[in-house]
Order: sequence, then C-alpha cells, then structure tokens
Amino acid sequence: MAKVPVQFTLNGSEKAEFIDSGTTLLHALRDKIGDTSPKGGCHQGTCGACSVIIDGELRLSCLTLAETCNGAAISTTSGLSEGGVLHPLQRAFLDTFATQCGFCTPGMIMAAKMLLDHTPNPSRDEVVEALSGNICRCTGYEPIIQAVLTAARSNSQNAA
Amino acid sequence: MELRKSYFADVRKDDLHEIGQPRPRSDSPGHVTGKTAFFADRNFPGTLHLKMVRSPHHHARIRSIDTSEAERHPGVVKVLTAKDVPHNVYTILILIQIGPEDETVLADGKVRWKGEPVVAVLAETERAAQEAAAKVKIDYEVLPAVFDMEEALKPGAPLVNEYHGQNYYLYDSGECRKVRFGDVEAGFASADHVLEQSYQSSPIEHAPTETTGCVVAPEGNDRFTCYTNTQAMFFTLDNASIILQMPGNKLHFVGGTVGGGFGGKVDVIVEPIAILGAKLTGRPVSFIYSREEEMQISSPRAAEKVVIKDGVMKDGRIVARKVTGYTDAGAYSRHSPYGAQKGAGHYPGPYTIPNVWIDTYCVYTNRTPSSAMRGFGVTIGDFALEVQMDKLARLIGMDPLEFRFINAYRDGDMKAHRQPTEGAALIECMQEASRAANWPVAEKFMAMSSYVKGA
Ligand code: FES
Ligand code: FES
Repeated sequence: MAKVPVQFTLNGSEKAEFIDSGTTLLHALRDKIGDTSPKGGCHQGTCGACSVIIDGELRLSCLTLAETCNGAAISTTSGLSEGGVLHPLQRAFLDTFATQCGFCTPGMIMAAKMLLDHTPNPSRDEVVEALSGNICRCTGYEPIIQAVLTAARSNSQNAA
Repeated sequence: MELRKSYFADVRKDDLHEIGQPRPRSDSPGHVTGKTAFFADRNFPGTLHLKMVRSPHHHARIRSIDTSEAERHPGVVKVLTAKDVPHNVYTILILIQIGPEDETVLADGKVRWKGEPVVAVLAETERAAQEAAAKVKIDYEVLPAVFDMEEALKPGAPLVNEYHGQNYYLYDSGECRKVRFGDVEAGFASADHVLEQSYQSSPIEHAPTETTGCVVAPEGNDRFTCYTNTQAMFFTLDNASIILQMPGNKLHFVGGTVGGGFGGKVDVIVEPIAILGAKLTGRPVSFIYSREEEMQISSPRAAEKVVIKDGVMKDGRIVARKVTGYTDAGAYSRHSPYGAQKGAGHYPGPYTIPNVWIDTYCVYTNRTPSSAMRGFGVTIGDFALEVQMDKLARLIGMDPLEFRFINAYRDGDMKAHRQPTEGAALIECMQEASRAANWPVAEKFMAMSSYVKGA
C-alpha cells in the first residue's frame, strides 16, 4: 500500500512518520510513534478514551485521519507532567480517587484540560457537559467531576 | 463515615482508621500519566492481526468450510480451523474437575450460538484480516434452536450440546443442585400465608472500557510471552497449556493490568488461539475484540429465572421456603455450573428458615455462553429474595425492616446447606442502616445482637 508522510508536533516535539493512507491518528500515535496514552476503547467515536487535543480542540483520535494532522500541534496525557511534576488535573485525579482501572483516565484528563484551558473556574454543570463524551465503567462519574473541580480550585489558588 | 466501635466491642480489639480516609493506589500514578502498560500498549514489529469468522446462526451443522480464497487474499499469513487446534474441545473448570469438556476453541462440525468462532484469520494488517475473513465460505445446515430455559428442559427440545447429552448440567446430585432442610411441605401447611412469585432477568454485558484481548510474542527460547488482560491469569495459563498441549513452562503470561473486567475477562477465549497463531507463524500475534465483539460475543451475566415460594406467619416468621432457580448457561458451561451451585447455597438469603427446599438448574440454550459477573449466581437471586421479602412484609402488614430483623440469621443458627452461622453482622448492619436512613424500628430490634444469645 502506498505510504503517505505525516509530520506534526506531539507534546511539543517534532514527529514524522510514513503511514498507510487512511490510518487513524490513534493508530499512528500508539503503534507508529509509540505514545500509548490515548486508548482505543471502541474505535468508533463513542467512548472518548482516545481523546487528544489538536490545535486547541478536543478531538477523538480514532475518528481523525493521521494524514489530516500535518503541521498540527497535538497534546496527549503523556505530555502533561513537566519535569516529573504532575499537572494539577493529574494530581487531582490521584488525590480524589478518580481513577480505578485507568483505561478512561487519559481521555478524561484531556477532556478536562480542554475545559479548564477555556473555562478556568467551571461550574459543576460545565464539568459534566465537558466530560459527557467520555465513558468510565469503573469509578463512577462523581469522583471524576470532583477531581476536575478540585484541579480548577488548585489552579486558581496558584494563580492568586 | 465513622467506625462504630460499640459494635462487637468485646470481639474486635483492633483500632481501624481506614474508613473514610483517601488512600493512594499504587497504580494511579501510572494511570494519570498514561504510563500504565495495558496489554495493547505492547508493540512488536511484524505483529499479525487475528480476526475471527463467526457463526451467523444460532444452531447449525457445518457441512463444509472453504478457506482457499481467504488464504489467497493479500496480506494473509495463516488461516486456522478446528483441525489446527491440538486439544480443541475444552472446558475451563476442568482444572477443578468440573467436566465434561464441552466447548470448541474453533467450531468443529457444528455451531451452537450466533457468534461462535469457526475460522481464525491471521494477516499483516487488521484490515487484510477483516477482508479475508469475509472471504471464508462456510456451508451451514441450519438446525432448530432453543432460547428459553423452560422450553429447553422440555422433552423433545433441540439438543444444544452433545457433550452433555441433555439440556442441563448433570451434577452429582442429578439434574439440579439440591438443598433439603427440614420439611418444607409441613412448613407450608402450618403457615398463615403462602406466597409464590417468579422473578426473571436478562443477560447483562459487563461492557468494560478496554475490550478483551491479548498480544503474544514468540521468544527466542521456544517460549511464548502472552500479554493479556485476563482476570484469571493462572486459570488461563493452565487451560492454554491443555488446549495447546504445551507444557506450562513454555508459556509466560504477563498481565494483571485490566481495563475494567467485572468478571467478563475470566474466560479463556483469546489467548490459546493467539498463542497457536504465534506458534504456527513464528510471529507476534494480536487478537483484540472489537467493541461489537465485546458487546455481542463476550460472555454476559447469565439470564436467570427464580421461583420463590414462602410460608410466613402473622408474627413475621418465615417458616418455609422453596426455590427453583434456573441459570441460562447459553451453549457452553464456562463458569455457569458453578454459578447455579452458588445460588443453591444462597437462596435462603441471610435469614434463618427452618424448612427449606432448593433446586437450581444450569440450563443449556442456543444463546451466547454466559459466565462470571460480579457475584454471579447470587446477585439476581438477591434481587429476587429482597423483593420477595418486601412483598411478604406487605402481605402480613409488617414494616419491611422489622420483618428482616425477625428473620435475620445470627451466630449459631444452622443454615439450610448445613453451615453453622459464624461472624454474622446482619442485625448490626440493619441497626446502622435504620439510623442512617432515618427509618426507625421498634426498640427491641435496636437492642438485638447477632452474637449475644438471647439478645
Ligand atoms: S476509541 Fe475513540 S471514541 Fe472510543
Ligand atoms: S477507571 Fe476504568 S473505565 Fe474509568
């Protein structure tokens, strides 16, 4: 099969790969580039486990063709912590027991980051709305909602 | 939440502080950073992808299988049928001597449920495997199927599974698991009221966020490393060893990280065939259920039917209970004979009843094989029992919580399956629930104890 080149930045570093045309971004990230933090729970756009941020927008990487991401800036959960220091969302998910099996967690954190990037002090309803595309089968949504609200609070405390 | 140390003050000396305290989990840092390695995060160059050709029929004889066109499909490396599997007929509980072996890894001559695996295709890409799977030609002769447990138990019903010879699991006690305690008919005769009700449930899918699967890598030393999300590591290793007729020391299983299981990942389904594929091709093999397979193919919780007949006195005592339970195993046993057996021990509930009669059947039908799920064998039973308890309380005009205090088991009481009750705490839980839910009960019930005689 003819290969097509793709080039983008992933969590700030340059990546280039030759892929089969039609390869999803999820597949390219996980199996070609080696960032396995986005998860494939359904490969059909229903679970949110594969959520990543592309050029400031939350996207399902299982429904995004890698070849459409040329020149894009992509962020995933694996790039969130800096110098071994956890991002406030990661800290909050840890502290509030918002992760059990952990399979939904990277997608949840991406969806939550997207929300906090635009709405630093969200209401509970805004959190619920922002996470509504992400399925968690273990934890129950309440601790996850609390984690996002906790992270928002700790952000604003740090800013103050 | 607080620890009420007044309960069992003289039997529990330890000072517990855990309740209500957050505790860091050892695996959470990996989860929140995306570093946790799930099986599908293992990547090996040259991995082949396995796709299953599945039965479109609930019950059919296989006249012929033609894989020639699939084999010629570009990218296809190997196509497997029943004859390639060294020990094709297996049953997982054989490890604890619960037989007979009744399930095929790949269907041989017959399919017994819609979705049953028949042919495995291994190809360079998932897409090639999928396309080639569609080119496998199977000629079926459709047979009458049975989907209802009571229909399946009737004489003349289509025989689902020849390895059993009848549509129920034959226990050493006969056609069902039996519990006999006291004289249930005498109990009904002496009762003020008798209430018989039946309760039914549908199969329930666990729907884990991570689908079932494994990745197998052949090692240089003739061993195979299997990265899997099984919930039953050693069970799977030992069964794979039987199915593949391969000594266990050739198999190295790596797992323990499961993206949600809930009992849905205790069957031995993907590993043996993936290891076989790796053995026959010398290449790593990945076999991962699609979301559709997870929902349609993986074992659900069994459908159950529970018929409960109780004799109750006006003063609140249950004097007799007769239960007939049916567990729908689907086409194969998996864990269901065990589930049905658990039900037999469980149906009296946490209550002391002097006369008990229980029959539980593990029934075969042409439905998706069912298996373990969170408290399987007892969860649906508990639903039925507690609804029944509410109905009984209403029947005699008694508060439903007080009714449960009257019948609650206490230390020293003999259970119907002849295990003396030890360490009971039902009364204390109900006392606490009564406070927490602000559902007051009479003082005498608040003064009761599970373990102080006469209290
Ligand atoms: S894998 Fe993309 S939404 Fe489920
Ligand atoms: S923690 Fe398991 S799916 Fe969310």
